[in-house]
Amino acid sequence: MNELINGFPVLTVTGLTQGAIYALIALGYTLVYGVLRLINFAHSDVFMIGTFGAIWTWSAFGLDASSARPSLGEALGLIVLAIVVAALLCGFFAMLVEITAYRPLRARNAPPLAFLITAIGASFVLSEGMGAFTNRRQFGVPAMLPTEPVVTLGGWSLTPLQISTLAVAVIAMVSLDWFVQRTRFGRGIRAVAQDANTAALMGVNKNRVILLVFLIGGLMAGVAAVMSDMKAASTRFNVGFLIGLKAFAAAVLGGIGNLRGAALGGILLGLVENYGSAVFGTNFRDFIGFLVLILLLMFRPTGLLGESLGRARA
Amino acid sequence: MGGAAACKQDEGGSGSSDASKVCDLKIGFFGALSGADAGLVTPGKQAADMAVKQYNAEHADCKVSIQAYDSQGKPELAGGLATSAVNDAKVVGIVGPAFSGETETAAPTFQQAGLPVITQSATRPSLSEQGWQIFHRGVGNDFSQGPAAASYIKGLNPAKVFVVDDQSAYGAGLADEVKKALGPLVSASDKATDNQQDFSAIVTKVTASGASALFYGGYTEEASPFLKQLRAAGYKGAFVGGDGIYDANMLSVTGKADVEGAVATCPCAPATAAKGTFVQDFQAEYNAAPGVYADVAYDLTKIFLEAIGEGKSTRADIQAFLTSYNKPGAASGVTYKWTDKGELDPSQVRVWAYVAKDGAWAPDKEIPKA
Amino acid sequence: MTDLRTRWRDFRHGVSQRWDRMPKASRIGVIVVFVVFLYALPNKGFYEYLGLPLGEYIPLYTTRNDMATVLFQCGYYILLALGLNIVVGYAGLLDLGFFGFFAVGAYTVATLTSPRSKVFTEYNWLESPWPWLVALPLAIALSLLAGVILGFPVLRLRGDYLAIVTLGFAEMIRIVAQQNDWIFNGDRGIPNIGRPPGTNSDGSPIFQFDAKPYYWLILTVIIGMVFLIRNLVRSRVGRAWIAIREDEDAAELMGVPTYKFKIWAFAMGAGIGGFSGALWAGQIGFVNASTFKLEQSILVLAAVLLGGAGNIYGAILGGFLVIYVPEWLRSVGDVFGLPEQVRIAGELYDISATNLRYLFFGIILIVVMIFRPQGLLPNRRRAAELKDREKEAMVGA
Repeated sequence: MNELINGFPVLTVTGLTQGAIYALIALGYTLVYGVLRLINFAHSDVFMIGTFGAIWTWSAFGLDASSARPSLGEALGLIVLAIVVAALLCGFFAMLVEITAYRPLRARNAPPLAFLITAIGASFVLSEGMGAFTNRRQFGVPAMLPTEPVVTLGGWSLTPLQISTLAVAVIAMVSLDWFVQRTRFGRGIRAVAQDANTAALMGVNKNRVILLVFLIGGLMAGVAAVMSDMKAASTRFNVGFLIGLKAFAAAVLGGIGNLRGAALGGILLGLVENYGSAVFGTNFRDFIGFLVLILLLMFRPTGLLGESLGRARA
Repeated sequence: MGGAAACKQDEGGSGSSDASKVCDLKIGFFGALSGADAGLVTPGKQAADMAVKQYNAEHADCKVSIQAYDSQGKPELAGGLATSAVNDAKVVGIVGPAFSGETETAAPTFQQAGLPVITQSATRPSLSEQGWQIFHRGVGNDFSQGPAAASYIKGLNPAKVFVVDDQSAYGAGLADEVKKALGPLVSASDKATDNQQDFSAIVTKVTASGASALFYGGYTEEASPFLKQLRAAGYKGAFVGGDGIYDANMLSVTGKADVEGAVATCPCAPATAAKGTFVQDFQAEYNAAPGVYADVAYDLTKIFLEAIGEGKSTRADIQAFLTSYNKPGAASGVTYKWTDKGELDPSQVRVWAYVAKDGAWAPDKEIPKA
Repeated sequence: MTDLRTRWRDFRHGVSQRWDRMPKASRIGVIVVFVVFLYALPNKGFYEYLGLPLGEYIPLYTTRNDMATVLFQCGYYILLALGLNIVVGYAGLLDLGFFGFFAVGAYTVATLTSPRSKVFTEYNWLESPWPWLVALPLAIALSLLAGVILGFPVLRLRGDYLAIVTLGFAEMIRIVAQQNDWIFNGDRGIPNIGRPPGTNSDGSPIFQFDAKPYYWLILTVIIGMVFLIRNLVRSRVGRAWIAIREDEDAAELMGVPTYKFKIWAFAMGAGIGGFSGALWAGQIGFVNASTFKLEQSILVLAAVLLGGAGNIYGAILGGFLVIYVPEWLRSVGDVFGLPEQVRIAGELYDISATNLRYLFFGIILIVVMIFRPQGLLPNRRRAAELKDREKEAMVGA
């Protein structure tokens, strides 16, 4: 308990940053579930591909784990570039999975369990494919941002990485919220989530909306991938699994199908994990997360903010 | 079962005539040949391959081959591989298993089948206490490495030391030895798990504890992200590990800047200082300097080859050969003579410290015995 | 293409009609011959004979791994699939943490029969290791209990939420098992597990390194289990499960005590899972925390759904394929002499079948689900239902 009190500022900041990463990935899960009622197991592996996309972008500029840190301006530029590349790569693979694996099933009106198995199959293909491609090795991430804390107030300090993670996550989530609420495409998404057939009758192109949903989920995962790369400082072909599991738990925590719920769930999970690990020991960090999830689901089965992509108050 | 069934051709006395020799025997090489920890094992495999190639050049009529068993360093895979090794009658000896965890699970199977093994890198002390006559260790164990690492850390004069292990057979054992030797200097300890990627909770604990030295008992796979995250969080103290981090991947994945100054102890002398023509041969064959434990694996393979060359073709014969063996190794210079528990003479064991300098491991010094 | 499908369908109809028309005695005769074939499978001479008539080109056996071992692994997976089939296929409960029950059975056997388990070495709760045969019923009982305990709080949830909660529980158990300070000994696990009893005529134990006796044991268990489950499904319990799966609210309204039967399903599935775990532990001799990996639960689910949920023979087929196909793919590489490594742009890539087998497996899963979402051997009711679904008009599809 002592550690929790002493380390409260550090734990909170770490929790928020990790939570932001979970939230971004959780958005992908919740969007797809809201529209298709499908748990997209392959999403975590799309995230993993994004982490490699960032590394490859940086290595194209000659940066690897052993290179010197670039100047701040260069670093920021490279990070933005990596975000763009990773987001596009993730979006591409997410759409690819939709077109090759899920759409044929929808055309045949397959039962939900079949989608689940296909999702599992797609997950295997992506992760094993990347594993074979990278010879299952570990890859170090080049150092980008300086590590000294920039802001120090009382006991609270923020490093550039933490600031940028939080900033990027907030920007991404706010833009997504705006997109879903205010644009025509967003209305289409909400319509299809609410009632797909009626939306189609009303003239919404269902397949295009679904493709868009996968694309957006992929973009969010790509952003999260770059941030996670810099935080974890290394990546492998199987990093998607655990983080995807947690992000999925976060989505459910907030209310599956609910965008703001996913964001809230992610941040909450990050905080709870860190506080819990201070109290119960670091090896129980994952345990605490799942325990909180299960307890919540038993008492409030629809999650914190309830399910709702279709309604106006997403 | 054992290997006896295969040797129907062995008629005369050992080595009396080539026609009575059993050929196409195999020496197993057991360890993590793929995966993130492979960097600790592949140099040994290369050296073993080289030894066999040299042998086959001289014994073209009766060749030997290496049978690779890739356990990925995981104890749960080791059991099945051990069973298949034991069921292959041509396998008469094994170099390995490379890691302590997999040795723990595979050795009972080897013991039951009487298949002799010599490990080049499994250092957990308890392995020789289980009554496995077939077990032989080709290096010193952590009863030497642990106190040596502790004395190296003491030499840095830290006020507080933080000890982390990965809960593996090797890591936990080594960390325990270090903790015992450091005594009150250890301010806190923590555990990581296999395959862990996100160390932020432990890193927070380390920075909060104010420790100026950290010992990590475990392998490269977890050590490199851990070290990187430590440095990113502003930890400027010393990072010391055992032989589980002494490989090329630790340098390349962690990156030159972050790994600079990291120390790895090893109950092995620098492989590039090996005796005889080993270094040149290795360089010529693989166009690279020999890596960790390559010289040891070379010597151990040559011991098996020597036994086979003398006509020993059953597992029992080779086991007896090892029990009475007493010769210096060609590359490492260590005299291989095993106690009845399978350990080398402890007075022979030398523990070295290696420092990561400028992206490469440089020998720092031989740690003197306390 | 359609012509081929019609011809295939007619062929199948023809076969099933002839089967129905055969007198009972001949049917039993065919089944007996098939069962004898299964028992004879692992004998090396016999299965090498099974190479397809294309010369030596496509053997059905595995070259990289001992065929008997592969068959044994298929066996315990089939048992698992049978258990999960009850939960998912009959009662319609989506359990993503099923492998946890397998682990309960395996760990029970391990902690009670291994002389290296902490129960004897550290805690001294018991005097000496128990024999495997004695630990077996205890393992099954504990898994049954675990199923009931897990079922109580969880079965009030439905659908995807049930899936997530079972997944969360499975992960929590794994994390606890990974702590090496406690009885489970984390990653280092518990070695030297006791083996099933029995000695050969020369005094050596039957159950040692050779996988054949284990395979015969598990085959016997599977056959017994098939009878048990068939009878269960045709009883009141089975009908209640089907009612729950089809429409739980309607079943409740019709007076079926759904909650009780859901727990029943969970417990039965868990018991079978635990049985499988105990058998597996007896063969492999070692368990550690990786036994609990979530990927295994997902694989078992894939096996059941691939084979056809709700159909015993579908579950058997699914369990068999999930283990056999990746192993067989390994051997295919050998037989065809495919290159193990290829050099592209200076980097060496390992493209051996061993490395890529799960990749191919994933592709197979996707393809099978597209063309046959009801599974390979579907439950007849499901298959009819799904045919209707296919014909349903989908707006804008």
